Amino acid sequence: MPAVEATTPTVRKTALNAVHRQMGAKMVEFNGWDMPVEYPSVGGIMAEHNAVRTGAGVFDVSHMGDIRLSGPQALAAVQHISMNDAARLAVGQAQYSALLYPQGTFVDDVIVHRLGEDDYLLVINAGTREKDFNWVRENARQFNCKIEHLSDDFTQIAIQGPKGVNLLQKLTDADLSAVKFYWVTRGTVCGLKNILIARTGYTGEDGFEIYIPADEATSTRVWNEILEAGKEFGALPCGLGARNTLRLEAKLPLYGHEISDTINVWEAGLDRFIKMEKPEFMGRAALERAKAGGLKCTLVGLEMVERGIARDGYKVFDEAGKEIGYVTSGSPAPFLKKNIALAYVPPTHAATGTRVKVEIRGQGVGAQVVPTPFYKRPKKN
Amino acid sequence: MPYRSDLKYTKEHEWIKADGSSATVGITDYAQESLGDIVFVDLPKPGSEITAGKTFGTVESVKAVSDLFAPASGTVTEVNGDLATAPEKINKDANSTWMLKMTLKNPAELNNLLSAADYEKFVSEEGGH
Repeated sequence: MPAVEATTPTVRKTALNAVHRQMGAKMVEFNGWDMPVEYPSVGGIMAEHNAVRTGAGVFDVSHMGDIRLSGPQALAAVQHISMNDAARLAVGQAQYSALLYPQGTFVDDVIVHRLGEDDYLLVINAGTREKDFNWVRENARQFNCKIEHLSDDFTQIAIQGPKGVNLLQKLTDADLSAVKFYWVTRGTVCGLKNILIARTGYTGEDGFEIYIPADEATSTRVWNEILEAGKEFGALPCGLGARNTLRLEAKLPLYGHEISDTINVWEAGLDRFIKMEKPEFMGRAALERAKAGGLKCTLVGLEMVERGIARDGYKVFDEAGKEIGYVTSGSPAPFLKKNIALAYVPPTHAATGTRVKVEIRGQGVGAQVVPTPFYKRPKKN
Repeated sequence: MPYRSDLKYTKEHEWIKADGSSATVGITDYAQESLGDIVFVDLPKPGSEITAGKTFGTVESVKAVSDLFAPASGTVTEVNGDLATAPEKINKDANSTWMLKMTLKNPAELNNLLSAADYEKFVSEEGGH
């Protein structure tokens, strides 16, 4: 049985930690944070996952970090350290991007929000907060802009699912119908003025992420008000377990799994988020060379065709029994009701329908390459 | 959490119910609760030999993979075929949902296992429940 993680003084807690515990959440350590993995009282991972696909789910994602760059050369700094083209962002718009090492591999993936004329907010991963901040500070120091680490200033709550918009609209004066996907606005939320509301998420659904003050009393009040307002939509509190299965169905990468300091942008298949027409950014030169050199491996979706569940780190073999790659994330998919995985394999084995074997406890278990994302949300109207 | 006093328990969270030289094996309520939604159970074929303290199969939830440890040595006579298609039965009633039936090699081995009261004490210390 999985051991219950001991809480050590170095484990960090979000402002909602006590609330999660009161709700009977199963807690785990994730990247140095004591976080809820699931809430058995509402039915656990599967129920939480399916609530997000069909109604709404509410996540404490305060472990995510935030870096703000502001000032005359903020755009130039963001352009230098990130691979997407932040010059295309209107005020109030956001984009998926990444911070790259000079060799074209990942420091982290980020969402870049343009909050004002010369004001950018980078939302970064929990496990890479300090690394990212140091990286940004080091590599943006030649630009005339202020760089602030705001990670501890916010409680970040994600409200995800097709009913997320209806839920949040009950609690805010901002007109959410006017906010497009990957845009942000500000408004009063639960009586708190000027709250940042972003139509972003990590579940493959429509949804919002709000950034509220990180004090425990405010955070607790807002969390409870959201869940209360969500009752009519079947909203459930959701833990990191559902967050992971949701993002896997939608093929959203997770740092340390699909992307890392040894994987480059081409291998990860994130081509549409990199703008090579930008004359300069960190990692660009190496990626130009890597493109000319061809891919050694590429990320594919697998679906198990024989009985078994592929898990993170399992080896992938071709049908002749030769080891060709490895699984980066694998799990049962609660909504699709299939056993799915993401894996790195050579381009020769990346075509849809290619049969491979995943080694599960010493046995090669049949799987095949399938199109991704595994799940795509239905288009509205 | 009440554990049936007619069963014996392992520290790895299996239960065994002996009837003379035959026995039935499953996992405990504590185990199913720790695992969460159970989605997959891998069990040995009838006729297989299993050995006390050694793994005999696997149980998987959405999040976790966990080995199953044999409470006693012997020969598997039957496995619960329902679990191939409906593993969630274990979540609903772990204490009565059996995984396999076996012929015991040495019924005295069961004396090494925990009683319901001892097991309850063990898990309350382990999990802080």
